[in-house]
Amino acid sequence: MYFKFDVVIVGSGGAGLMAAMQLPNASVAVLSKVYPTRSHTGAAQGGVAAALGNQEEDHWKWHMYDTVKGGDYLVDQPAAEILTREAIDAVYELEHRGLPFNRTADGRIDQRRFGGHTRNYGEAPVRRSCYAADRTGHMILQTMYQNAIKNQVRFFNEYLVLDLLLNDGQACGVVAMEIRSGEIHTFHAKAVLFATGGYGRAWRVTSNAFACTGDGMAIAYRRGIPLQDMEMYQFHPTGIYKVGVLLSEAARGEGGKLLNGKGEYFMERYMPTLKDLAPRDIVSRCIIQEVKDGNGVDGKDYVYLDVRHLGAKVIAEKLPDITDFARNYLGVEPITEPVPIQPTAHYAMGGIPTDVDARVVIDPQWTPMPGFYAAGEVACVSVHGANRLGTNSLVDLIVFGRRAGKHMAKFIAENDHAPLPDEPEAYSRELVSNLTSSTGGESAYRVRSALQNEMDDKVFVERSDQGLRHALDTLDGLQETFKRIQLQDKGKKFNTELTEAIELGFLLDCSEATIHGALARTESRGAHFRLDYQKRDDVNWLKHTLAYKGSKAHDVRLDYKDVLMVEDPIFKPKERKY
Amino acid sequence: MNVLVRIKRFDPEKDKKPYWADYRVEAEPIERLLDILNIIKWTMDGSLTYRRSCAHGVCGSDAMRINGRNRLACKVLMRDVGDKVTIEPMLGFPVMKDLVVDMEAFFDKYKSVKPYLITYDSEPGTERLQSPEERARYDEGTKCILCGACTGSCPSVWGNPDWVGPASIVNAHRFIFDSRDEGGAERLGILGKRDGVWRCRTIFNCTDACPRGIPVTDLIEQVKRAIVYNDTTGN
Repeated sequence: MYFKFDVVIVGSGGAGLMAAMQLPNASVAVLSKVYPTRSHTGAAQGGVAAALGNQEEDHWKWHMYDTVKGGDYLVDQPAAEILTREAIDAVYELEHRGLPFNRTADGRIDQRRFGGHTRNYGEAPVRRSCYAADRTGHMILQTMYQNAIKNQVRFFNEYLVLDLLLNDGQACGVVAMEIRSGEIHTFHAKAVLFATGGYGRAWRVTSNAFACTGDGMAIAYRRGIPLQDMEMYQFHPTGIYKVGVLLSEAARGEGGKLLNGKGEYFMERYMPTLKDLAPRDIVSRCIIQEVKDGNGVDGKDYVYLDVRHLGAKVIAEKLPDITDFARNYLGVEPITEPVPIQPTAHYAMGGIPTDVDARVVIDPQWTPMPGFYAAGEVACVSVHGANRLGTNSLVDLIVFGRRAGKHMAKFIAENDHAPLPDEPEAYSRELVSNLTSSTGGESAYRVRSALQNEMDDKVFVERSDQGLRHALDTLDGLQETFKRIQLQDKGKKFNTELTEAIELGFLLDCSEATIHGALARTESRGAHFRLDYQKRDDVNWLKHTLAYKGSKAHDVRLDYKDVLMVEDPIFKPKERKY
Repeated sequence: MNVLVRIKRFDPEKDKKPYWADYRVEAEPIERLLDILNIIKWTMDGSLTYRRSCAHGVCGSDAMRINGRNRLACKVLMRDVGDKVTIEPMLGFPVMKDLVVDMEAFFDKYKSVKPYLITYDSEPGTERLQSPEERARYDEGTKCILCGACTGSCPSVWGNPDWVGPASIVNAHRFIFDSRDEGGAERLGILGKRDGVWRCRTIFNCTDACPRGIPVTDLIEQVKRAIVYNDTTGN
């Protein structure tokens, strides 16, 4: 079928819905491959940072400093300024829309500590994270969805987007498969927003939902748009051992500590000021180091998260969900026992490059592609640089989701629909028929497992030239094997074997850009740590990677783009200590 | 452990009616039932169809009837189901394929109770104030993930598919008792009608089914009392 809207938003998480809220007078379609309330924003736990100063003195500029330093200076500083200034107003907007934040005794939004958030440029932890128990993301998603219902937003639920339509360098729509019927539909639009989230399912141990398969990134990448800083991937320090399910940093924000196999609270040894509240890249490396030094629990590859000293009341009131996770998935009682944890694949700092209005920019000269927008984890503004601070992902969604919506409102008022390209559905139909007609005998499960194992082995917290080259060769082989995947389910209706295979294709492309960026970047910065180049190298590498797709895994073209700075000397790159 | 997994299957493109299929799977006691469904789909029968996303009980995708009770497949561990498990789609919903049910009517009912903050005053420059006690008053309902487990477990829903059902009432409660909200009377009007709260027979299946531990029946009773006493302060 053919649909025509002013705006098509792909993805119904925080960024997509926040954008939809800004377009009350436009015809808007929100496409989601799940029901909107299943979006992965709902899994965010700890909070959303904003310098409200409800608990103690705070300033957006301190928040900006923490964001820039936390990102190991790969952050575009003007974007970080917008993020932290507008966070305040955006949090109030969420409250006005009904979000049930926890409250202080005098009725204001309660705030708590979180990793890397400090007062007065690094002096000590500050209470900046606005939260709703340990289900802040759930409450943001619910609140935004409720408001979308109030505003009668048109949803297309369980539609998997397969392609971005371009005509003469301008975005003009998307093609999507209705999962329920298997039908392919064209959505013609003046403006398209990708808010499709991350690609954590490229790794075996991950906090990410099955839905996090990098769809938007891969689709843009296939259409010649570069992916930026994909080597910057965050491994969250406290995933449940072997399962990967996240135990929020809020546990450490409330006073929880990491404990090694020798019964030692080891973070104070590495980071004397912030200790367990150092940024995630650092804490994850410290855990890996402890394990290498033989300090893992029982000589194994994990350590403990210890919240016993917080007491049953604090645990029940402020950390109920993660307590439930530990009980359910490990059979561990956090009130009386420490919880086994390991780093888990968590968040893409990189993604589709955009400017501060969420417009997609396609080259080092910041040339925008008219009509194409991206916001949230799928995008790289870049406010997270080489490492995102906890709670800043939700800030990113609401601030840049909002800016995307406002800019699109202007864009659609000033522009008409660009004509569709010839045979708009041809690529998508071929993508689907290649999979449904293949008789190659391969299974998607084997390809996905091989990818995930390789990413866990070679593209994890620590990387090296040798390992990354191995990963690239493996990927090259897997892309060939992918073409031989044969499906057992030949039906059209609700064929999730088919959708899983399509998603696997997206994961392979995102992994390709990640490995290339990581291999080329011969330095260590933020989440990207090279065993063979352990120092940050500002002379050669204070720049963003842009990866352009080639015809196969080895053919990717890399380009680079300057990091944007502000004048203020406080934000000049310096050694990162906590 | 070796587990016999018995699944009610139905493919609308092939089958006239549902049938039972048996699978034998090697499972670890701490594996989730969702992990076992994945093993079956990925290594035995690619056509097995179910919804899943977060895999840890917060997205609400994988509610299904497991050994006769509605549960999330990602929150049920194999050690808790033993060596034989029976899985069906939830009752009270039209089946689309295997374990996938049609949720459209469920979300329409949810929308019918106006599940959003209604206010008539102008917004303050900062946050609206709300005491921790006022915030606690509606806390339980905010945990709802709209998985449908409560609604699909309710005999009153099975008997009358038009009934608004427990999940919608929980979400109405969440706003009726929010001190910032001014739409309480409107929602009580909707829920006081024929297909509102009064079809609830306090069977407690919903409370048993809720994967988020929400005391669903209790919240429904609170709404009933608010209608009877015309009082949304919750005292």
